[in-house]
Amino acid sequence: MADRVMMKGNEAIAEGAIRAGCRYFFGYPITPQNEVPEYMSKRLPKIGGTFIQAESEVSAINMVYGAAGAGARAMTSSSSPGISLKQEGISYIAGAELPCVVVNVARGGPGLGGLTPSQADYFQATKGGGHGDYHLIVFAPASVQEIIDLMYEAFVTADKYRNPVMILADGILGQMMEPVTLSEIQDLKIPAKPWATTGMTKGMPQRIINSLGLAPEDLEKINVRIQQKYQEISKNEIRYQEEQTEDADLILVAYGTSARIAKTVMIKARAQGKKVGLFRPISLWPFPTEEIQKLARAGKHFMAIEMSAGQMVEDVKLAVNGKTTVNFFGKLNGTIPTVTEVYDAVMKCFSKGGLA
Amino acid sequence: MAQVKFNEERCKGCELCTSVCPKKILKMANRYNSKGYQPAEIIDQSQCTGCASCARMCPDVVIEVYR
Amino acid sequence: MEKVFGRPEALQDRVYSYCPGCTHGIVHRLVAEVIDELHVREQTIAVAPVGCAVTAYNVFNCDCQQASHGRAPAVATGIKRVLPDKVVFTYQGDGDLASIGTAEIVHAANRGEKFTVIFINNAIYGMTGGQMAPTTLPGQKTTTSPYGRDVATTGYPIKMTEMLNTLEAPLFLARVSVHDPKNVNLAKQAIRKAFDAQIQGKGFAMVEVLSTCPTNWGMTPIEALKWVETDMIPTFPLGIVRDLKEGA
Repeated sequence: MADRVMMKGNEAIAEGAIRAGCRYFFGYPITPQNEVPEYMSKRLPKIGGTFIQAESEVSAINMVYGAAGAGARAMTSSSSPGISLKQEGISYIAGAELPCVVVNVARGGPGLGGLTPSQADYFQATKGGGHGDYHLIVFAPASVQEIIDLMYEAFVTADKYRNPVMILADGILGQMMEPVTLSEIQDLKIPAKPWATTGMTKGMPQRIINSLGLAPEDLEKINVRIQQKYQEISKNEIRYQEEQTEDADLILVAYGTSARIAKTVMIKARAQGKKVGLFRPISLWPFPTEEIQKLARAGKHFMAIEMSAGQMVEDVKLAVNGKTTVNFFGKLNGTIPTVTEVYDAVMKCFSKGGLA
Repeated sequence: MAQVKFNEERCKGCELCTSVCPKKILKMANRYNSKGYQPAEIIDQSQCTGCASCARMCPDVVIEVYR
Repeated sequence: MEKVFGRPEALQDRVYSYCPGCTHGIVHRLVAEVIDELHVREQTIAVAPVGCAVTAYNVFNCDCQQASHGRAPAVATGIKRVLPDKVVFTYQGDGDLASIGTAEIVHAANRGEKFTVIFINNAIYGMTGGQMAPTTLPGQKTTTSPYGRDVATTGYPIKMTEMLNTLEAPLFLARVSVHDPKNVNLAKQAIRKAFDAQIQGKGFAMVEVLSTCPTNWGMTPIEALKWVETDMIPTFPLGIVRDLKEGA
């Protein structure tokens, strides 16, 4: 039986993780994600799990490394400055090919920035963040229900590829309440992890979790293998949502909170006879490049809407590759864009001489 | 009575074993192993008491002791 | 005749990457001997540091995770919480544990994490080429204290064992040395106690081992052993500073 409950986004992150079989949470307090560790500290001890409030973000991500390497579904959550601190550990986790989930309930930056929502961590999430040639798989939910659903997908996908998955949310998604359907906890099939360091019981071969390739040929082997894995992920894990793009002249491209505003703008513009569509990337890495390319080849123009100075827009431009125009609306003050200001920007595009 | 065996190929010639032998019967050999180190050797097995001090101080597990 | 001394099963049968005369090898062997004596090799997960012991997984014959610099106690925390019935230990140097990883070791000790820490103090950064460590002695010359460590600007050697002894939670804390056979035996006894503490499920244990770095100290291996005795021990006194196992 499915429960229909009101839930805060941050609670949904925690509950979604628990439903996905996560029993190990390591975190550090930072606004606006504090309900995640608070929820975990209440729930995990009751179900045989472990919650540790680590001494630092750095320690928290390294506890995730140890727990994931020991074969458990483990996670950490934080917000922008805290995610910056975790980058060393994330790079090691990617290098050692450990499955885990890292949640970023993003806030404004740079530096200490603000406490309010932002999408300015897109580059950090999708283009590396730490050192070395690696990628996180990045999912961006746009509702509390989608948070629940993507938390499950995140753990499954992490295990499937032995790769860290990031859930990139923002302060609004973390703090807002929405009704969600909590379906029965699935019959969790956590895959066997013969690579995990659980002890060489009964003549098992030695398992080593590391990211060291001292000899150039060893390092190359590691990197080539990881890159092949990324190609596989790029083929299989693209997620996006399209609304009314078939007949659209202008397609709004937005993820997370911005996509919700973009949708309202689309409806408003359609009411005025403007053919506006919505393309919402759900996987930010891998990015739905080919899908956007296809739309550009069909002559559609684009407008990226972000709570940043323009980060995802670069990926949209790479996909469009000069075939049509890519416009941008950004919000830099740590608040969400209003429908009116985005609508005005959209209308300006149409008045610029038929979008071309 | 006692015997020490040296795995000469593993020896790095650090001489720690020679410095702790109470009978002073270990020395560095006048030859080189394939790594280019002069390995330690025992010059008078008959005096060895099998105390294993040499083996305890060896960082490279070169020495086996038999009694 | 019977073999009374040889390679323990918990050590791999291969050449170790340490410089000639470096006493890391002795400490590795002592840890392996203790693991063998306790019959826990198949239940043990080692955590390797960054530093000369970074490839400890090529030395210990057990499962191993390699941690980023200083984070071994956090990694070990994650492992032990997932596998509370297994034996987990970290093997860390002084740059790793007493400098970049001070937060991790202090808080793992303070939480009373039930794993064992083997802490190699050789008063220098070995792998990176002999730079000043937090444990470098006053006046000691290193590649980043070429005129000798100046306490006025770089402070004093950090005494980690004594520092951790200010905490409530740790069960067993000791400082030992491996500069002669007698001390090697005492070191092994301390390491055994530190593993016992964990296996009995009681709590955090650390053994600090004074160790040599002949290459970066610019000494012969034998001179280096003497230097431990004459120069290091006066600064880092040996002994078990805490053993709460009895009656705790």
